[in-house]
Amino acid sequence: MSDVADRVKKIVVEHLGVEEDKVTESASFIDDLGADSLDTVELVMAFEEEFGIEIPDDAAETIQTFGDAVKFITEAA
Amino acid sequence: MFDLTGKNTLITGASGGIGGEIAKTLHAAGANVGLSGTRVEPLEALAAELGERAHVLPCNLSDAAAVDALPKQAAEAMGSVDILVNNAGITRDQIFMRMSDDDWASVLEVNLTSTMRLCRGVMRSMMKARWGRIVNISSIVGATGNPGQANYAASKAGMVGMSKSIAYEVASRGITVNCVAPGFIATAMTDKLTDDQKDKINVQIPAGRMGTPEEIAAAVLYLASDGAGYTTGTTLHVNGGMAMI
Repeated sequence: MSDVADRVKKIVVEHLGVEEDKVTESASFIDDLGADSLDTVELVMAFEEEFGIEIPDDAAETIQTFGDAVKFITEAA
Repeated sequence: MFDLTGKNTLITGASGGIGGEIAKTLHAAGANVGLSGTRVEPLEALAAELGERAHVLPCNLSDAAAVDALPKQAAEAMGSVDILVNNAGITRDQIFMRMSDDDWASVLEVNLTSTMRLCRGVMRSMMKARWGRIVNISSIVGATGNPGQANYAASKAGMVGMSKSIAYEVASRGITVNCVAPGFIATAMTDKLTDDQKDKINVQIPAGRMGTPEEIAAAVLYLASDGAGYTTGTTLHVNGGMAMI
């Protein structure tokens, strides 16, 4: 797994309090990992901070799964 | 009883009678205060009176870009914004049939929209800190209505609905959002009333007198404190019993 994916996974595990093996490529933050809408905003904030990037609101809305997040951040960073 | 030591507070309308008193009260409880307002002179005078832990942050609340920038300026001056007090407000009284679009829009913009922008602007850091206090200064007329103040009453009632909605969203993050709704408060504005006018107002108030800015500031102090952590989405009416709601 890439370095980006590791770092994203760490944030997700810590923030949502889920088991690491639940955080799969296609795992949806809301449907599979129990996030509420505020959690998703906070995850985006945490990603921005960790990777020193800016994730605009319209892009943030497209980040639904762990895989989406890794892909977006890999392209943006 | 209420210790705000180390809490960074942004107060709008701090150049006014009520806002100035809120600033003094929170400052006396140990808070660092960011004093915002349009008129720089009274803000600087207040900052000088308070001494340390006071910062002057002028802002025209009808300028959207300036409002968006204010939380950042406050954070630069103090390190963060832990407590936000949206106290600034304007009136453009007019009987409803004669109320212009501009009378309506300018009051909504300053009283309600700027409050929304400032709440939004401080939310990120409060969410991260898992602690925040927002106190929006509404008005008795937001609940009761008042002839000649359709715009003002709408803005103040709007504040209450907005505060409750935000309170729902962020309660789980340790952030509370409440309103204080003053009744008639003795300020420079009410000093202009004649004794006869004052008497007519006072008979409508069970307490038999106007309130003081200190009595509003005391309500704000409570809602800004750690002790009010379980109080959110509420409106604290401070009106001498004029409207018991």
